[in-house]
Amino acid sequence: MELECNNCGHEWFYRNEEDETVLCPECQDEVKVSLEGESCSLERDVEGVLEKYLSQPSSLIPILQEVQKKFGYLPRDVMEDIAEYLELPVSKIYGVATFYAQFRFEPLGDHMIRVCHGTACHVKGADKIGEAVENKLGIETGETTEDGQFTLERVACLGCCSLAPVMMVDDTAHGNLTREKAKDIVEKYKEG
Amino acid sequence: MSKSVRVGYASCGIAAGAEQVYQKLKETIEERELDVDIEKVGCIGMCHNEPIIEIEDNQGSYTYGNLEVDDVNELVEKHLIDEIAYEDKLITSPSDEYDYFSKQRKVVLRNSGVIDPESIEDYMERDGYEALEKALDMDPQEIIDKIKESNLRGRGGAGFPTGMKWQFAKDAEGNEKYLICNADEGDPGAFMDRSVLEGDPHAVLEGMIIGAYATGASKGYIYCRAEYPVAVRRLKIAIEKARKRGFLGENILDTEFSFDIQIKEGAGAFVCGEETALMHSIEGERGMPRPRPPFPAQEGLFGKPTNINNVETWANVPWILRNGAEEFSSIGTDESGGTKVFALAGKIKRGGLVEVPIGTTLKEVIFDIGDGIADEKEFKAVQLGGPSGGCLTKDHLGTPVDYETLTEAGAIMGSGGMIVMDEDDCMVNVAHYFLDFTQEESCGKCTFCRVGTKRLLEMLEEFSKGKGSDEDIEKLKEMADKIKKHSLCGLGQTAPNPVLTTLRYFEEEYKAHLEEGTCPANVCRKLITYTISEDCIGCGTCAEECPADAISGDSKEVHLIDQGKCIRCGACQEVCPIDAVEVE
Repeated sequence: MELECNNCGHEWFYRNEEDETVLCPECQDEVKVSLEGESCSLERDVEGVLEKYLSQPSSLIPILQEVQKKFGYLPRDVMEDIAEYLELPVSKIYGVATFYAQFRFEPLGDHMIRVCHGTACHVKGADKIGEAVENKLGIETGETTEDGQFTLERVACLGCCSLAPVMMVDDTAHGNLTREKAKDIVEKYKEG
Repeated sequence: MSKSVRVGYASCGIAAGAEQVYQKLKETIEERELDVDIEKVGCIGMCHNEPIIEIEDNQGSYTYGNLEVDDVNELVEKHLIDEIAYEDKLITSPSDEYDYFSKQRKVVLRNSGVIDPESIEDYMERDGYEALEKALDMDPQEIIDKIKESNLRGRGGAGFPTGMKWQFAKDAEGNEKYLICNADEGDPGAFMDRSVLEGDPHAVLEGMIIGAYATGASKGYIYCRAEYPVAVRRLKIAIEKARKRGFLGENILDTEFSFDIQIKEGAGAFVCGEETALMHSIEGERGMPRPRPPFPAQEGLFGKPTNINNVETWANVPWILRNGAEEFSSIGTDESGGTKVFALAGKIKRGGLVEVPIGTTLKEVIFDIGDGIADEKEFKAVQLGGPSGGCLTKDHLGTPVDYETLTEAGAIMGSGGMIVMDEDDCMVNVAHYFLDFTQEESCGKCTFCRVGTKRLLEMLEEFSKGKGSDEDIEKLKEMADKIKKHSLCGLGQTAPNPVLTTLRYFEEEYKAHLEEGTCPANVCRKLITYTISEDCIGCGTCAEECPADAISGDSKEVHLIDQGKCIRCGACQEVCPIDAVEVE
């Protein structure tokens, strides 16, 4: 959920909804985590997205895309809001969202690592790159590290086939990888 | 004449570091107050040399590649100030006959790497939107006749004659019609459409506007993969600029004709490349195909007559109207006119974006343009058409690339992915790879595709462990045949192709797996063993690297791999400084 610090006004995305209080990463002031009051601006934000679109079925996918961009995933209550706005059953929203690979239903790590498994990458050892990153992070593909720093995914093709094997960290593509190079890159992001 | 510098700024270039090189160049040029124009352009085509820049001066055009930020100072000093070439990173100079380009013919990619894709002025300077002006003076039927005469066929893969498709849409009843550009380039290993959209977005828009005028459509959609953020951004800019100039919107160029274009971003489903699935996706549904007829030309998007073509097809249209249908049809073969763009990648020396006249042989593309196989290995196979296509062997190198001949050989022209493989690639593994992909991407509507691909995949998994018999191969063929016959859309109908072509041309390799329990290319993990030879110097690097802790040995002594623990990942072989790790 999105939190706003009452002290310094810093806004950030916070994933563990069970905590009652949390320290603001900016000013270290204590911020209350609750679904009521000013510290949580979840509801307002969804409305901001919804009102940009006409209430018609063809708006569904663009809305889901924008909501995911904002929250990093599709929270359940947000899908309910979308259903209400489009006058469609929630099951329909969920049905469409689960069909497409782009949508996720759990929060993401701070960094998204996508290992390309396109044909060119495959013949140049994409499996090995994937394994090296898995070992480095201690997670399987599709998982998020416990500290919430990294999510590891495989993608069908990033389209940079001449630089194979390739992986993308957030929006930056890294090409001509070896096991060693891939691990070094992850290490750099780890250090921040 | 002042000099100009063009920096290749497509996704590949950016991934290789073009941004840093561009910034440094710009800074250096400004610092030294040089009279040099610097511009970001689309894909120059030689992706194997990224980041690439081109410098044009009164001598002609020079290309530099594999640039790093550290090269920039010396490059500027030498070429831009002292006017001598910076030999270290020089790829071509005006006096060279460079095979990479001399065998190519640029129609679709004529502007890519030459103009700034975010500048409509650059496009117009190269005769952009002239074809549209011409078209608006013509009768719609006249345009369709020209497209028919040109022998242009759908570049998305199936090769349906474009003019005929337009005719169906034009003849369809209804006053509201739609037009779609299919930019959902989903084949792994294909990036032609991305490069066209990133390098010359206005060519696609101009083609669509002409198509809309000819078929009577009032609204157009570009359905673009969400994985192509650069392409989406450049398209948005291009649409905005075209609207401002009156090429899009109400009363285009002061005529009665109105048309506008909207971008729809895909959400990651390979099956949405299929036209009816794509339309469902635009409508906000799960992207699942439906039976045809009715064809989109009768009942398409939102139930209205719709004409849908692929990116590359649209990009050909303005060229045809500018240069004439005859000129276009003279480029290709008797059956299909023009060129085809291929994304050449894999175990090739010079990979990249290649545009050749239809009918050019595979050998010319792979060995003359691509300069053959990297690392002095043997050519083994070339995979065409992605998950719907097939692998061809060295016996097929003389085959001209054209819809009919490739289909006859068991592959397909497809959208243009061309992946070259060498002796280290196992064909059972390649078949498994593609099937794994289609199985995952099957939308689940047809049982034969949903369940059949899963069963095929399981069989291939067994094969890669050396398990199975001749009987199983027969079963596999039978099942493949059923999937092809009983699936609704192209995904299922073509999913078994990679299995069938590898079986057809590399049956020996399948037999080696099944009868001898060996993988000749040393790829299938269940069938290989890693051992450390007597040459081992006992440095311990492999033991440190091994993720399974399977390697032991004292310092400076020959190390040993515990075969029970070894997961055959090959990490030890990769790090061994003296190549003492052997695989068989």
